[in-house]
Amino acid sequence: MSVTTGLAASRRKTFSDWANRHRKWLFASPAMIIVGLLIAIPLVWTIYLSLTNSEGSVRADHDFIGLGNYAAVFADFERFWPAVWRTFIFAGGVLIVELVLGMAIALLLWRPFRGERWVRVAILLPLVATPVAVGMMWKLIFDPNIGFANQLLGFFGIPAQPWLSGEYTALPTVMFMDIWQWTPMVVLILLAGLTSLSEEPDEAARIDGANAWQRFWYVTLPLLRATVVVAVLLRSIDALKTFDILYATKGKGGGAFHEVETLNVYAYGLSFDYNEYGVASAVLIIFFLLIIAIMWLITFRRKEKASK
Amino acid sequence: MTTTPTLAPSSPVSASASVTARRRRPLRSRAYTWFRAIALVVIVLVFVLPLAWMLLSSFKTNVDIYDAAKTLVFTPTLENFANVLGRDNYFQFIFNSAWIAFASTALSLVVGVPAAYAMSRFSMGRSAGVVLLARIIPGVSLLVPWYFIFANLRLVGGYSVLILSHMFVALPLIVYIMMSFFDSLPEDLEESAQVDGLTPIGAFLKITLPLSVPGIATSGILSIIFSWNNFMFALVLSGANTKTLPVAIFNFVSYASIDWGGLMAAAVVVTVPIMVIALFTQKYIVSGLTAGATKG
Repeated sequence: MSVTTGLAASRRKTFSDWANRHRKWLFASPAMIIVGLLIAIPLVWTIYLSLTNSEGSVRADHDFIGLGNYAAVFADFERFWPAVWRTFIFAGGVLIVELVLGMAIALLLWRPFRGERWVRVAILLPLVATPVAVGMMWKLIFDPNIGFANQLLGFFGIPAQPWLSGEYTALPTVMFMDIWQWTPMVVLILLAGLTSLSEEPDEAARIDGANAWQRFWYVTLPLLRATVVVAVLLRSIDALKTFDILYATKGKGGGAFHEVETLNVYAYGLSFDYNEYGVASAVLIIFFLLIIAIMWLITFRRKEKASK
Repeated sequence: MTTTPTLAPSSPVSASASVTARRRRPLRSRAYTWFRAIALVVIVLVFVLPLAWMLLSSFKTNVDIYDAAKTLVFTPTLENFANVLGRDNYFQFIFNSAWIAFASTALSLVVGVPAAYAMSRFSMGRSAGVVLLARIIPGVSLLVPWYFIFANLRLVGGYSVLILSHMFVALPLIVYIMMSFFDSLPEDLEESAQVDGLTPIGAFLKITLPLSVPGIATSGILSIIFSWNNFMFALVLSGANTKTLPVAIFNFVSYASIDWGGLMAAAVVVTVPIMVIALFTQKYIVSGLTAGATKG
């Protein structure tokens, strides 16, 4: 009796020793395995599919066609290249506006004031709102006939605009929605950076007679560079991948003229609306490499600056 | 002795300069206070008014929505909510969203928190990169294979595949937030606990974990919000009975003419619960969204 419990106890002890010695990998591996499997197998499969003429159903017969899909995609000036440019216009546009607006709002909120709590609540609301619902909300507001946007324009005597339904106004309109929803994120990040700054450099510049703009441009902004990079990184990752609002408001193909069809919407449509798995996979691999390259550029530049 | 004479003549100058500065500054700052107050009111209105518009419209009949004269003055009706909640099985979709958000967050916390701890303490930069890569990869580039793997396993349309796909969003988020949390937690506490006879894992479980409750709350709440709001994965991987709320709302638009009142009621049903949670847990959300921001 006592022998067996002793044996069990010692076995438990050996296991505990083993676990403690290897806790680094014991702790890290479950998460890595889950994420790794969710990424690795699909990625290999997608690369394989991109080299075949698979369509209709992945289980249907398909032939290996080498780089044919890639050639077809790169030669596609009707859907692919416009989608690439739209992706960059959308992501670049919202990023610039959100950074400028976010910085302005963060500076306004920097010093304490009365009613601060309420402003912070207002800023949090768009951030947590469900993007699909946000898309629907703006779809009503921007409705050409009954929307509030045109009522407002009418009040100022400006003719009604087609907004979401117009060929050239749709992209700016969805960009506006993204800016409404995600500028608060930039505000919060920059505000966190601002509050962590020490007062002294600002005070010193003030004593030296620098005006508010000079103090911001030559003192605050350089000190805030790392925070700005974080904001750029997080926002560009998400802006490049935007899907919810675009697909929710404009549906398949990004509208009748594909006016809001970014790479993400295009690839989704090829995969699940038209079941062109071979071509879709080629687009997805290109999209994937593009995003990795952009992220690498941003972080690489950051490391270079840090090492200087 | 030598400094006094040089100071003496300059002191009246600096005194007068500070007087004018004192006289001028309140004036400039009063103008700035006004400018800031107005700017802040505008900002608050821009962020809140569209949501208020959505809420107002959800209480209007479709006839009133089409009537510009009834923008603010109208007879509120609960008809839209009755329609939305009565039709289809919206309560089922609400349950689905909540269950998938809760389960994927709980599972991600169980595997993500120890992983973040190991990655923070043993500086496993490369391994952390694997998990954080999931944050960068466009989800759509994995969806086709996922769909076919899970279809072959006869899992599409079930909860497990949705929970797993939402973990793909939750896990990197939790690892990212918890890593910066553990980075800020001093290591000495665990070391002294080990001197007192705890094993390293024991020290993690009994000392570090209780201290990380704020971080766990932060990452957990944020993960629930992102899962609740997620649209694309459920759009492909859910079945008729496992649809989440965002997908159910999206399906609303496919009707020939849009029932705006019903659509807005559906939008309110999906946004209000998450906003109520957000209002009560503000400080956790803010600290989660800004995690790692100040360190760069």
